[in-house]
Amino acid sequence: MIAFLFFLVFLLVYMVFAVYAERKLSAFIQDRLGPTEIGPYGMFQTLADLVKLLQKEDIVPVKADKWVFLAAPAVIFTAIFAGFAVMPLTPTLQGSGAVVGVFYLLTIVSIDIVGLLAAGWSSNNKYSLLGAMRSVAQIVSYEIPVGLSVLCVVVLCQTLDLQEICYQQGIYIRTLPVYSESTNYLFGIKRLGIDMTEVGGFLTWNVIRMPLFFIVYIIFFIATLAEANRAPFDIPEAESELVGGFHTEYSGFRWALLFLAEYGMMLLVSFLGAVLFFGGWNTLFPNIGPVRLADWTSGMPGTIYGNITGAFWIILKAFIGVFIQMWVRWTYPRLRVDQLMHLCWKVLTPLSLLLLFISALWKLL
Amino acid sequence: MQKGANNSYFGNIWEGITSSWQGLKLSFKHIWEARQRRTPIGITDPDYFKQETGIVTLTYPYESLPVPDNGRYRLHNEMEDCIVCDKCAEICPVSCIDIEAVKSTEEIRKTSDGHSVRLYAARFDIDMAKCCFCGLCTTVCPTECLTMTKTYDFSEFDIRDMIYHFSDLSPEQAVEKRQNYETLQTAKQQAKASTTNVQPTEEKTAEQTSTTPATAKPVMKKPAIKPVTKPVITDPTPSISEETPYVTEVTPEISQTIQEAAPQDTKAEETDQSEQAPAKPVMKKPVIKPMIKKKTDE
Ligand code: SF4
Ligand code: SF4
Repeated sequence: MIAFLFFLVFLLVYMVFAVYAERKLSAFIQDRLGPTEIGPYGMFQTLADLVKLLQKEDIVPVKADKWVFLAAPAVIFTAIFAGFAVMPLTPTLQGSGAVVGVFYLLTIVSIDIVGLLAAGWSSNNKYSLLGAMRSVAQIVSYEIPVGLSVLCVVVLCQTLDLQEICYQQGIYIRTLPVYSESTNYLFGIKRLGIDMTEVGGFLTWNVIRMPLFFIVYIIFFIATLAEANRAPFDIPEAESELVGGFHTEYSGFRWALLFLAEYGMMLLVSFLGAVLFFGGWNTLFPNIGPVRLADWTSGMPGTIYGNITGAFWIILKAFIGVFIQMWVRWTYPRLRVDQLMHLCWKVLTPLSLLLLFISALWKLL
Repeated sequence: MQKGANNSYFGNIWEGITSSWQGLKLSFKHIWEARQRRTPIGITDPDYFKQETGIVTLTYPYESLPVPDNGRYRLHNEMEDCIVCDKCAEICPVSCIDIEAVKSTEEIRKTSDGHSVRLYAARFDIDMAKCCFCGLCTTVCPTECLTMTKTYDFSEFDIRDMIYHFSDLSPEQAVEKRQNYETLQTAKQQAKASTTNVQPTEEKTAEQTSTTPATAKPVMKKPAIKPVTKPVITDPTPSISEETPYVTEVTPEISQTIQEAAPQDTKAEETDQSEQAPAKPVMKKPVIKPMIKKKTDE
């Protein structure tokens, strides 16, 4: 319940400031100033926009499939918000400790597609339909690299529980009964015989436990970018060709909800990336001999300090992920459909298959 | 690496990675440089072109680039100096200057450069919404009272507020001035009407004096002759400077001989003194004709 309330409030506040951050960041990349008027440095610009959106009329096109049209934004947002349920925010705080967390996440996020298609289809508008079709084609294709790259991590960690994956990547691995006998070796290679269990920090993150995971992360990042319909994979929305893509006909609050869902999706995949590759709620700093940086910067699981530091680290990592997504968005132009499919089927999928194979072998080392 | 698309499979991937990385580096450079920003300095500042990085936008209403003093934006008319000659209204390519002049009964004032103002501007409106800022009106203005200022931000909520009224007369004053002029005119006409017979002759003489330049040429002949005769007399004087006292003595003889000595032309070559005397009347006739021609040529 705490996790639910936390994520709901957190998501709303995050969304307001993520839009602001995105506008500022895009402005800086383009040598502009961005919003400056409302609040200090224009901070409350999005709040003002939101108030405006809420005041707007909720228009339903006459020829639209009314109930589907009205329900679609709710479906999209619900699907994404439900994804946060299995996110381990701190060592003890998690909405649902589902043992199949990773698969649940991949599944629930796929419901997003149903919502997108419903929105586009029911709008009874060619742009919306084209956008929805593109969106489905894109997301279904990119499910495969996402699934394979997540599988690489699962193969190495041998669990689907996101909380367990987090525990494995830090100094508190032995506090979990299942892993009380486990040891973290440098690069995950037992034969090197370098015990990292007590060192922790970034040295026990999955990207270090299996160095090739950095490439896996890049695949995961690109593919989730496409899942979130973010530029350069924003052909479902493609303002310059499709007006607004699947959300062309939406206005007011429902449009705000779709917008919220997009930013929520960005945050969700950034959280997932942080958990799978960058140690989840584990601290960045390792213990170096008597300098117990890892102990100082992350409290014992269950303590208040442990909760605060855990939440701090994972949110920081997620925000860095969001920052990179924005940075990428304002750097690259939109991909053509054929380039999109080329990238997915001919580059990312074979590469992630190969990496999955290597990851499986790595576990045997 | 070769330029353009590298057409092998791995070549494409490699090129994709390197060029994407370049792109990311470039945009990050801009984020990094966003710590600096442009300051509102004018084109005259030596540093104007120096800042090549950082944010270029200014928060406009709060800061703006200074405009040089010769900026050509909103028009301003210094009514004190305007002689209401209507030139600006005529030259304007979009006809956005609207002038209604009212004649004055006397000279109203002198402009700062000495023109006398004899017309009131009952209306002097410039529609800045139509103005294309060509500046022609300021060029033709004889007193240079109409100028372009460096105010460029003068947008209005109501398009009618874009019409600038420069007239220094209120509508009532304009009506009053017009009435003054009309009463004066009617008074004049009545005065004329009282001396009905005289009036046409007066007008004729007025016309004559006004057309004197045309008819003056025959009148001019007589004075023209006199200067001509004098040079003819004085021309020889430098050569025969000692004889100048004789000239005055000779002239009465000339006037006498003019009438008589015209046929004595051939004898003029024989005696020095008598040469001059008969020569003059001879010269008169040919001299007069070219003089007339010159005048008519002019
Ligand atoms: S600047 Fe040009 S367009 Fe404007 S009022 Fe003068 S003559 Fe007319
Ligand atoms: S040209 Fe100059 S002096 Fe003449 S009416 Fe226009 S502003 Fe007045």
